Amino acid sequence: MCAKQVKQTPREVPTTGHVWDGIQEYDNPMPRWWLWVLYLTIIWGIGYTIAYPAWPLISGHTQGVIGSNQRADVEADIKRFDDANAGVKAKLVAADLATIPANDELKTFAVSAGASLFKNNCAQCHGSGAAGVQGKGYPNLLDNDWLWGGDMTAIHATITHGIRNTTDEDARLSQMPAFGVDGILEKPQIDQVVQYVLQISGQDHDAALATAGTTVFAENCVACHGEDGKGMRDFGAPNLTDAIWLYGGSVATLTETVTKARYGVMPAWTGKLSEDEIRAVATYVHSLGGGE
Amino acid sequence: MAFLDKHKKIETHATLLLVLSLLVVSIGGIVEIAPLFYLQNTIEKVEGVRPYTPLELAGRDIYIREGCYNCHSQMIRPMRDEVERYGHYSLAAESMYDHPFQWGSKRTGPDLARVGGKYSDAWHVDHLMDPQAVVPESVMPKYSFLLDAEIDGKYIGDIMATHRMVGVPYTDDEMTNAKADFAAQADPNADTSGIEARYGKVTVANFDGQPQLTEMDALVAYLQVLGTMVDFSTFIPDPKR
Repeated sequence: MCAKQVKQTPREVPTTGHVWDGIQEYDNPMPRWWLWVLYLTIIWGIGYTIAYPAWPLISGHTQGVIGSNQRADVEADIKRFDDANAGVKAKLVAADLATIPANDELKTFAVSAGASLFKNNCAQCHGSGAAGVQGKGYPNLLDNDWLWGGDMTAIHATITHGIRNTTDEDARLSQMPAFGVDGILEKPQIDQVVQYVLQISGQDHDAALATAGTTVFAENCVACHGEDGKGMRDFGAPNLTDAIWLYGGSVATLTETVTKARYGVMPAWTGKLSEDEIRAVATYVHSLGGGE
Repeated sequence: MAFLDKHKKIETHATLLLVLSLLVVSIGGIVEIAPLFYLQNTIEKVEGVRPYTPLELAGRDIYIREGCYNCHSQMIRPMRDEVERYGHYSLAAESMYDHPFQWGSKRTGPDLARVGGKYSDAWHVDHLMDPQAVVPESVMPKYSFLLDAEIDGKYIGDIMATHRMVGVPYTDDEMTNAKADFAAQADPNADTSGIEARYGKVTVANFDGQPQLTEMDALVAYLQVLGTMVDFSTFIPDPKR
């Protein structure tokens, strides 16, 4: 096309007929390819509104002749993957929880499905590597120190119902008293019991205060944390004798914990995740290292 | 192509060009705008969607003020990857009391249409205070000042009246009790029978964990209600839409 135009002398192109101060305007036609693209888009547009849902009507809209429907499409798309995994998912739901980690077929599926579910739903609190957030009360799931139990049944129950939330009646529930705020303990008693906790967790402490704290601990804390301070899973009460802390093991943090208490909440996942998904996440968490 | 050559007539006749352009634009306008005048048709009936409570409405205004919509959408599209990640695709009815809607057009952060109930209140406070403290990969800015900004709902009645003007069905009873409901939702010890009678399913909690009522309370109350109004275990959307 270009070559043709070069050969043309300007005089061969008609003008629009306007002359203004001796200036004329050539009336070059539109390039053919451009025109055809324009006509094609018009034809395409008409075809599109016939084929797909497009025009509004009094009660609804034109449905389109090819029967395209976003809602049906997405449902079919999800169903395709559900069907592909239906067999193994049914087995996962039917299996006895405790036997899943030992079952290679189920474990392989559950750990990889659980890992992606974990990154989407759990990582915001427990971290993308499941190490929790130190000092903020989001527990590390990689170690073998469990608040509410670390076998498959316990992990499954925790994920299903959550902890101390208001949406699930079966949520795990316990509440540490706010010993300082509610006036159960005086400030000197809190200082004593904090020193005692430092002692049983093997940290530097004031021996005299710690000895005095033994009585305070025995009278106020053993019901949940146990006589030896090793915690009780029925109440989600942490072990106070190890180096693993949920909110921190320093004097300042322990004093704050005893004074104001803690109330860590985990949402219930039933309703948001299906049973097979909850089992997959439970298996994944169980596989991280601390599973019992 | 003799007919098509007549475009010259339109192009050299200014008034005709104007009239015909107006005609073309009108057709587009009517197709897009007309259905909005009979919304029953556009918005399918969904059980459970209620107007925002006064505290949630204030939180929504903070959401808009801080420009959260610049990075977060509230619109789960009907595609498998989105439904798998965020939950059931959004329905028009779920934002029918949003003026303006917060669908957004850009996702630097995740979609928030169904963030309600997904995390604890304490997590939202920790996260808004310092997002990197809980999600190290995050690029979200800090909003710790919300925890210091006390609010008392002084203008909440006016805001609700404005929303009523544009079609949100706040009742006179709700308007009269706006300020009381505003405070009651953030106080677990308050008498919540009133707010529950007026709004139905309402989460009452001390959202920010502080005794005073702050913007943090309002924003977390709003975030925690997002996407929780429709119960998809019982509601099945019309597949024909």
